[in-house]
Amino acid sequence: MRTRRVVVTGTGAATSLGLTGKELWDGLLEGRSGIKKIQAFDPVGFPCELAGEVPDYKIRNYVPKSHRKATKLMSRDIEISVIAADDAVKNSGLVTKAIDPENSTITATRTAISFGAGLISCDLEEMAQSVEKSVTDGEFDIQKWGTDGLQSLTPLWLLKYLPNMLPCHIGIIHDIQGPSNTITCGEVAGHIAIAEAAEMIARNDADIALGGGGEAKVNPVVMIRQCLHNRTATDSNDSPEKACRPFDANADGSVFGEAAGVVVMEELEFAKARKAAIAAEIVGSASSNSLNTDFAHLEEDGEGLQIAIRKALEEANIQPDQIDLVVPTGTGIVADDKAEAAALKAVFGSSLSSIHVWPIKGMVSHTGAAAGAIDVIAAIGAIMHQKIGPVKNVESAADRGLNIATEPVDKEINYALCCGYSFGGQTAALVIKRYKEDA
Amino acid sequence: MEHRVVITGMGVVCPLGHDVPTMWNGLMTGKSGVAPTTLFDASTFPTHFDAEVKDYDVSKFVKNPQLHQHSNRGSLFVLGACVQACEQSGIDIETDAPSDSIDRTRLGIYLGAGEGSADNHAFFSSIINGWNADERSMDWEKWTEKALETMDTMRELEQEPNMPGGHLAVLTGARGISRSCLTACAASTQAIGEAAMILRQGKADVMIAGGAHSMIHPLGVTGFNRLTALSTRNDSPTTASRPFSATRDGFVLGEGGAVVILERLESAKKRGATILAELIGFGSSNDAFRVTDMHEEARGAVSAMRSALKDADVTTQDIDYISTHGTSTAENDSIETLAIKTVFADHAKNVPVSSPKSQFGHLIGATGCAELITCIKAIEENTLPMTMNLNDPDPALDLDYIPNEPRKAEVNTVMSESFGFGGQNNVLIIKRFEE
Repeated sequence: MRTRRVVVTGTGAATSLGLTGKELWDGLLEGRSGIKKIQAFDPVGFPCELAGEVPDYKIRNYVPKSHRKATKLMSRDIEISVIAADDAVKNSGLVTKAIDPENSTITATRTAISFGAGLISCDLEEMAQSVEKSVTDGEFDIQKWGTDGLQSLTPLWLLKYLPNMLPCHIGIIHDIQGPSNTITCGEVAGHIAIAEAAEMIARNDADIALGGGGEAKVNPVVMIRQCLHNRTATDSNDSPEKACRPFDANADGSVFGEAAGVVVMEELEFAKARKAAIAAEIVGSASSNSLNTDFAHLEEDGEGLQIAIRKALEEANIQPDQIDLVVPTGTGIVADDKAEAAALKAVFGSSLSSIHVWPIKGMVSHTGAAAGAIDVIAAIGAIMHQKIGPVKNVESAADRGLNIATEPVDKEINYALCCGYSFGGQTAALVIKRYKEDA
Repeated sequence: MEHRVVITGMGVVCPLGHDVPTMWNGLMTGKSGVAPTTLFDASTFPTHFDAEVKDYDVSKFVKNPQLHQHSNRGSLFVLGACVQACEQSGIDIETDAPSDSIDRTRLGIYLGAGEGSADNHAFFSSIINGWNADERSMDWEKWTEKALETMDTMRELEQEPNMPGGHLAVLTGARGISRSCLTACAASTQAIGEAAMILRQGKADVMIAGGAHSMIHPLGVTGFNRLTALSTRNDSPTTASRPFSATRDGFVLGEGGAVVILERLESAKKRGATILAELIGFGSSNDAFRVTDMHEEARGAVSAMRSALKDADVTTQDIDYISTHGTSTAENDSIETLAIKTVFADHAKNVPVSSPKSQFGHLIGATGCAELITCIKAIEENTLPMTMNLNDPDPALDLDYIPNEPRKAEVNTVMSESFGFGGQNNVLIIKRFEE
């Protein structure tokens, strides 16, 4: 049992549904899909030509003057994370250095961040201008690279692509000087970063903590990896919004994309003292591993995921039947959806039929290190509004034994579970509770 | 209640050797792990030497090497380190029904793990195939054609920074809390610190913690060379890493894997494990200054050191030795010295400090854990590692850097620090174990 309780006071997101958390929530409630044909590059020849891409933005508008020069050092992963953090901080009502440099209300050294990031691939067209100087007889010539190619790359090139730069830039912009970490757990990085940020508060290393994740997967190298692993839907290039069908009997794979999500958390008494609007409470988290030696899929019974869910429920000190909503991973990759459904059945047993399962990747795509954060933000929205949006693209979910609503549902949601698994083996679960004054 | 956290095992694969005794012996006898680059043709790079792990064979450590055959170098190193650490700690990874009485759902993993190397042939040849020099843009159809032809599915997957942790899970059967972080050069110090916090809160009984990284590949060296972060002393590789000296000109890129087994004291006692040291303090901070430079007054480093001291409930007077970040860059060594002087005040000059990076180079994500292991050895042996190559001290840097010779001393409490590019700082304090 935690002595210091951790509550959520703000969320923010940049997703294919818009540049704010509000647009994400509105889009999810309308069942709108952000998945389209890839715009960032011409995906001709890709088995899957689709992605969830963040709409156009001007990064300067999200960065205070004092840090504007550094926007040159921001890869897209960093940019969209900075945008989501800006949205989250504004929604929390906290005044950071970025909001008002003269009147910040946060204590920098008591403010922490734990942020999920992926493997950032470089801009290939930028790289090509150096590679072209390093070619002999049509092949890459490393000796020429050393003399010519390397020298023509911009000096600070590496800094754009270090995964730890996401929280570093956010930390500079908002003046976060407390504990700071970058979680690189693939597709559960977002879940785990939020869990760790909450722990930083619970263990009294901070009063405020930002948790979340960001990843811009719409880079040819990143996207082609997903194709090579046969993780993508290839049957719907002409009907993008129908491509990703989590838990559907006719699912054909996932669709990948980009997003960033940030959750502002505070210690309960700290939040109350400043009369913050409290959206929810983080009450349990855990992670584990699948032990599949191919590293690619969940175990058939989802054991690695089961363990994480059971332990998160245990930490939350609740029984499985107290969960009202599950935001699952639900990728649309058949073997994994089956295994995740098996894990949910194993943990929840007969109570599963009364728990709504709300997979959202059919609308926002699979956003890697951001995915967990986007799921958590959706779950917090559901708790705040006591409703969930319609799930599109599921016609025969009955096959998986899950209660998936294809229309919006108003319901009492006291506890929500977000769970995930990564390509590579890590699993994670997070339990979020509706906040009530005396509970 | 908060649980005490002890260290019950350690293992390392680094440029000075493939186990802890060999590394320690190298540190004590003035060996250098630095030599001309052999992993690729770096002859025309500004820097063409580094600290490589040589002649390493993972099959000497793991029972099923085929499970890890596509692994990146970092994963291979940390597998060997993990086997050593588990063996010392008495964690049974040889059988499917372990005899060690550790509940696998309470055995966790926290690695500071780096990304793997790009598959260079596939990466560069697809760019060359796709680039339209006249249009100054990529012909994506041609790029894609070559990429699909040359990319190897598993090689691509193994570049992900969560893969070293995945390999350790398969190796050990760990089902407890599983995390990876990548805070640049501070990653494994952070991983160990956060793993200790997980144990303190009682969320696990045993954590396999450490780091894995190799950036010795064309794009890694390119990135650091462009930042002018690497030494270019190509005519004298073994003396190039010279932390705190007046003529230091950058760090020497190394690689490796390192693991410590952290455990709740009750768990270690119950199992009868040998306790190597106690982890008593962790501090983490963010410079929040610039992504390109450390804060001039070292505010992040100072804050992390003070947090660790407070967390450990010790004073600066209690610290017998500081294992510095000591990279041999002009900036780090000056700012770090300032940080120590700020925190330790009048006592600063009495505290011996050194940098093993002078001998095994900078293992990036893995470096913090390798250095913490040298601290555990320092306590065990009552001997402090040296700062090698310190023949021309920087007059502006006036601490006791233990130049060129290891030193006998009573060593009970040690601070180890790591500072990451971008401003993420982490500090650990360990102590000789007493009941």
